[in-house]
Amino acid sequence: MAKVEDAARAALEREHVDDLKHYYSQMLLLRRFEERTSEMYVKARIGGYCHLNLGEEATIVGLMAALTPDDYIFTNYREHGYILARGVPPGPVMAELFGKETGVARGRGGSMHLFSREHHFMGGYAIVGGQVPLAVGAAYALRYQGRPGVVVAQMGDGTTNIGAFYESLNLAKLWQCPVLFFIVNNGYGMGTSVAMGSSEPDLWKKGASFRIHGEQIDGTDVLAVRDAVRRLRARAEAEGEPAILDVVSFRFRGHSVIDADRYRDPEFVRAGRAAHDPVRNFAALLLEHAIVDEAWLKATAERIDREVQEAIDFANASPDPSFEDLYANMYATPVPNTPGPEDALRAARINRGES
Amino acid sequence: MPIITYRQALNDTLGEELARDPNVLLMGEEIGVFQGSYRITEGLLQEFGPKRVVDTPIAEEGFVGVAVGAAMLGLRPVVEIMTINFILVAIDQVVNHASKIHYMFGGQVRVPLVIRTPSGGTGQLGATHSQSFENWFAYCPGLKVVAPATPYDAKGLLRAAVRDDDPVIFIESLALYDTKGEVPEDDDYVVPIGLAEVKRPGTDVTVVAYSRMTAVALQVAQRLANEGISVEVVDLRSLRPLDRPTIIASVKKTNRAVVIAEDWYSYGVTAEIAASIQEQAFDYLDAPVQRVAGLEVPLPYAKELSAASKPNANSLIYAIRQVLAGKT
Repeated sequence: MAKVEDAARAALEREHVDDLKHYYSQMLLLRRFEERTSEMYVKARIGGYCHLNLGEEATIVGLMAALTPDDYIFTNYREHGYILARGVPPGPVMAELFGKETGVARGRGGSMHLFSREHHFMGGYAIVGGQVPLAVGAAYALRYQGRPGVVVAQMGDGTTNIGAFYESLNLAKLWQCPVLFFIVNNGYGMGTSVAMGSSEPDLWKKGASFRIHGEQIDGTDVLAVRDAVRRLRARAEAEGEPAILDVVSFRFRGHSVIDADRYRDPEFVRAGRAAHDPVRNFAALLLEHAIVDEAWLKATAERIDREVQEAIDFANASPDPSFEDLYANMYATPVPNTPGPEDALRAARINRGES
Repeated sequence: MPIITYRQALNDTLGEELARDPNVLLMGEEIGVFQGSYRITEGLLQEFGPKRVVDTPIAEEGFVGVAVGAAMLGLRPVVEIMTINFILVAIDQVVNHASKIHYMFGGQVRVPLVIRTPSGGTGQLGATHSQSFENWFAYCPGLKVVAPATPYDAKGLLRAAVRDDDPVIFIESLALYDTKGEVPEDDDYVVPIGLAEVKRPGTDVTVVAYSRMTAVALQVAQRLANEGISVEVVDLRSLRPLDRPTIIASVKKTNRAVVIAEDWYSYGVTAEIAASIQEQAFDYLDAPVQRVAGLEVPLPYAKELSAASKPNANSLIYAIRQVLAGKT
């Protein structure tokens, strides 16, 4: 045990203090953003389905710390934290959850479909597996155009059972696409455990028949995630070698905000949250090694609470999308015989009983 | 003007677009080494190399998704699906992804993608290789769906599709590949997406058709002209967007309409056209709109059964006589 602690200390000593503080701040931002999102959902400010990243903070922040601005990210529908950790300000993200015109997708996407071209955050996708071939295609385009960078295909553990995943593995290896298959393995796809759904529960092995290297990583350790991504990212970029990262973490709550989580033993959940809270554990580590003190933690928490509150205020104050823009962005290249603002307004008047 | 086949028009256009824009690439099963299952891509691998003409494994969902993702980063993939039947395993990528990405993400990204595929049945191909699914895609907002009937339109619409920044489903027909027509040389014309065309003017009845059924309609119009019946043929060319004004203008002139398509009768393309006509030209109609479409069975293999299940010139003539009954 002493050896492990020594190793951890040695590893920490190699780190820049500012980086460690930044990781903690980002993790806490994700934690508080999601807790407040849950609250806003219960208050019906947010509609539809809403999936939270609680418990996955180290996984997300570790991933983003290893990526460069050249890289692209495609995720599933549990992606609030990813777009935040990629650097998009919380205001437009919260505004998207509120369905406002100032949202990152102008209120057209919602919780499951966040997007920021500027940040190479290429979207949250809500059909399980659908984003995986897209990410391979983006990596294909990088290779085709001789551009630097890699593409991350983020997905949940349940996604490794769908056909699109396997077709993507084959094509990525066959065409030497610089893509990382980043599996957020929190043990459950909705209520189906990994053991119930996968004949090979060691998800990192699933690339074996495609000759794709795989690794299991502790998703509650921000530095472990960052270092693994850095290493495999460099290889993907230099050699066009895809890789599978099986990043294990603990899902704090049910599948979505409205899921009561009845299929998991409450004692299992309680113990899991106690043992695997990446934010609390990282704070303890930083304190233990005197990298930060209690005053810094308190000031950081206050700053982040303020930042999230400002995001909520921004979302609240933002305008709803206008009905006359209903058909805006229907097509990138305009063509005749398509409806326009007048058609949208007429339909809206009838729909509201005004005509 | 030179006369070339529909196949040649497609082949020429693909080659010209590959030469014009380095971001254009072709992807599909057997399009390179094999020279194309229906020889549409013949010679292009030799001319442009494997970077531009990409043979894919049999993995439609995978490579259609790859094409969508590549298009999001600025490539302009032109994907061949060997026949439209095989697109069903890729439909998630087309309907849940390609069609929605531009709109759903607030217009931040474009998907300049073409999916070419032959639809419909010919020559006893049986139940799983003879279907028409263009209405599935025409149903979906965010896609553009075109279905040229002539070599001229095939060339002009394929150019328009490749240069368009939205996903375009380009419907071909095995039975049209060897048909011939005039196509100008050294003329960079495009046929705009979203516009129908009156292929033959007439005064007694409007026949609305697209793709192979336009060819059938033009033959029938010629035949009936000998009997003194004047048929106007409206070729839709685009199924989404649908050029309702051209259809309605024609029906208001002739006061009678027959709609023909190869797909199944219920919920098919003919239903949409007939509904539009009754909504917008009800007072101009002198007879109920007639619909000619496929019989609703998994297409049987046996020669006679197969032939009898698909619409043809005879079924179109029968329907035209129905709408003309009582006309003085």
